[in-house]
Amino acid sequence: MDGYAVVAEGLEKRYGDKHALAGFDLAVQQGSVHGLLGPNGAGKTTAVRVLATLLRFDGGRARVAGVDVRCEPRQVRRRIGLTGQYAAVDEVLTGRQNLEMFGRLFHLGGRRAVRRATELLEQFDLVGAGDKGVGTYSGGMRRRLDLAASMILAPDVLFLDEPTTGLDPRSRGEVWEAVRRLVAGGTTVLLTTQYLEEADRLASRITVIDQGRAIADDTPDGLKDRVGGDRIEVVARDAADLPAVAKAVARVADTDPTTDALERRVHAPVTDRVAALTDVARTLQEERIGVEDIGLRRPSLDDVFLRLTGHGTQTTEEAA
Amino acid sequence: MSRTDTVTRADVTDVADLTDLTPGDRHGRAYWAVADCWNVVRRGLTHYQRRPVMIAWQLGFPIISVLLYGYVFGGAMKSPDGGSVRDFLMPGMFAMTMAFGFMNTAIAVVTDASKGVIDRFRSMPMAPSAVVTGRGVNDLIIACSELAILAATAFAMGWRTDTGIVASLAAFGLLLLLRFCLIWVGILLGLLVPNAEAAGGLYVVAFPLTMISSVFVPPSTMPDWLGTIAAWNPISSTAAAARELFGNPVASDGSWIQEHSLLMAVVWPIAVTAVFAPLAVRRFQRLSR
Ligand SMILES: Nc1ncnc2c1ncn2[C@@H]1O[C@H](COP(=O)(O)OP(=O)(O)O)[C@@H](O)[C@H]1O
Ligand SMILES: [Mg+2]
Repeated sequence: MDGYAVVAEGLEKRYGDKHALAGFDLAVQQGSVHGLLGPNGAGKTTAVRVLATLLRFDGGRARVAGVDVRCEPRQVRRRIGLTGQYAAVDEVLTGRQNLEMFGRLFHLGGRRAVRRATELLEQFDLVGAGDKGVGTYSGGMRRRLDLAASMILAPDVLFLDEPTTGLDPRSRGEVWEAVRRLVAGGTTVLLTTQYLEEADRLASRITVIDQGRAIADDTPDGLKDRVGGDRIEVVARDAADLPAVAKAVARVADTDPTTDALERRVHAPVTDRVAALTDVARTLQEERIGVEDIGLRRPSLDDVFLRLTGHGTQTTEEAA
Repeated sequence: MSRTDTVTRADVTDVADLTDLTPGDRHGRAYWAVADCWNVVRRGLTHYQRRPVMIAWQLGFPIISVLLYGYVFGGAMKSPDGGSVRDFLMPGMFAMTMAFGFMNTAIAVVTDASKGVIDRFRSMPMAPSAVVTGRGVNDLIIACSELAILAATAFAMGWRTDTGIVASLAAFGLLLLLRFCLIWVGILLGLLVPNAEAAGGLYVVAFPLTMISSVFVPPSTMPDWLGTIAAWNPISSTAAAARELFGNPVASDGSWIQEHSLLMAVVWPIAVTAVFAPLAVRRFQRLSR
């Protein structure tokens, strides 16, 4: 299994008669960011916890960083970092004290733990806040400290379970930036998310998970192709204008626009989103066509699911 | 932010300067079990250094209890065998403080569990036992300082022992033994309740459990059935044993349980530990189910 940092084959995890994982397969290329995309309750957290040795599993096999998860959990722990759904840092201690404490518990010894903490505070842009209590940190800072703590041993594989859920857009950008830097340093990242956009931005490959099973494994582009990619959408004020609107949209669209007469809507897939939007808006204005709404629509997780499973994300139960 | 604006490792930190991250493997498992435990304890003690208010809160309650019960009730209540009520009350206050300590354990554990800190520990190559042992040692250190401050407060209020240093140390040892066995109860409850708020609600259970004991008044002054329950309460045995060892009024009614408080102050904690330590450890291991 050379070239793969994480390999899972037919993973099974049951809670009573509920299958949290039902034959889950995964292969993560070394040095890549791999997205695990699925709605609430799909089994993402369960998969990550099994791979990170936190959870025993009922069937299947898994290797992480070349080590068997079931047989040598201690060796796996030495090679992984884990950032769970909540920022698992000590609220009372300062950022630096957190990193030093975890460093000592990673068996770096006192002096190296101190040095490593300083390095990580720099790397994650927390030097200014390093000596303040974590209780005063913003959500984004907490997440970055959390990431730093997972990176103390510069692990081969880093698991990120919904790292940006609940963060504001700015913090989300900070976390994305930090993840990109990690990969530049050679770490393999397995990232779970409910957002297609996030997986698209960060991951070079995406596995879609539904009811404990991988239902697709593809590049972001491949996945979006299947779903249809970005679309431009125009809602005309007057149904009589629909042909004119369709003409304007056709100039920028990748395929013939679809017209929905009932909702007075014209939509079509586009590649260069912003140029398409500007062009259509200008044309419509020059021709004085009344428009109720105009916008770009990215395919969402819902669209992916609808396409892949025939059902939306709502049918999967809520998470534990 | 496009996917192309990546940075190289050299931009992140100077490669030559990076700390060597090979783990210290010279030592065996036993060494790390102790070292990791100590590092978890250090973390707990740093909390008190960063938030002295936490100490004030934790110690404030027993000190206020000592002052309140000592002065407010001290005058009104008469000691059953003619001794000073204050001398009767103080060992009871010590025992009560030890008993309530399980709440602090439970709250600390549930806070770590619900914030994912315990999961982080478990995903690290540290000794898993250190999560539990570190908590225990931390809480015993805090209990020692609690007892020291309480004893000083009591002393300032006129509480005296007249049996010598060895007997007094034995009394403090029994009080710590009570605290020790309740650490396991605290860890178990901390892993069972969903969040810190719920753990706070345990006071509703803890309060009557300490009230129905010989902490405040001798069980002989209670209705028969209640007195029997109070006398068999493990906290009563520790309180009575401490009174005896300190040379304070004991107020035994001559029943078997009250005549054997020294024995029972050892037997009860051992029994509680024997039941709850395996339960707590099992619960901890079940986190991976
Ligand atoms: N401890 C548990 N006990 C019972 N069921 C659980 C437990 N943990 C998870 N599940 C169930 O397993 C499924 C997958 O959960 P999870 O892995 O948390 O999903 P996700 O992280 O994708 O939201 C859900 O249906 C959830 O209800
Ligand atoms: Mg989850």
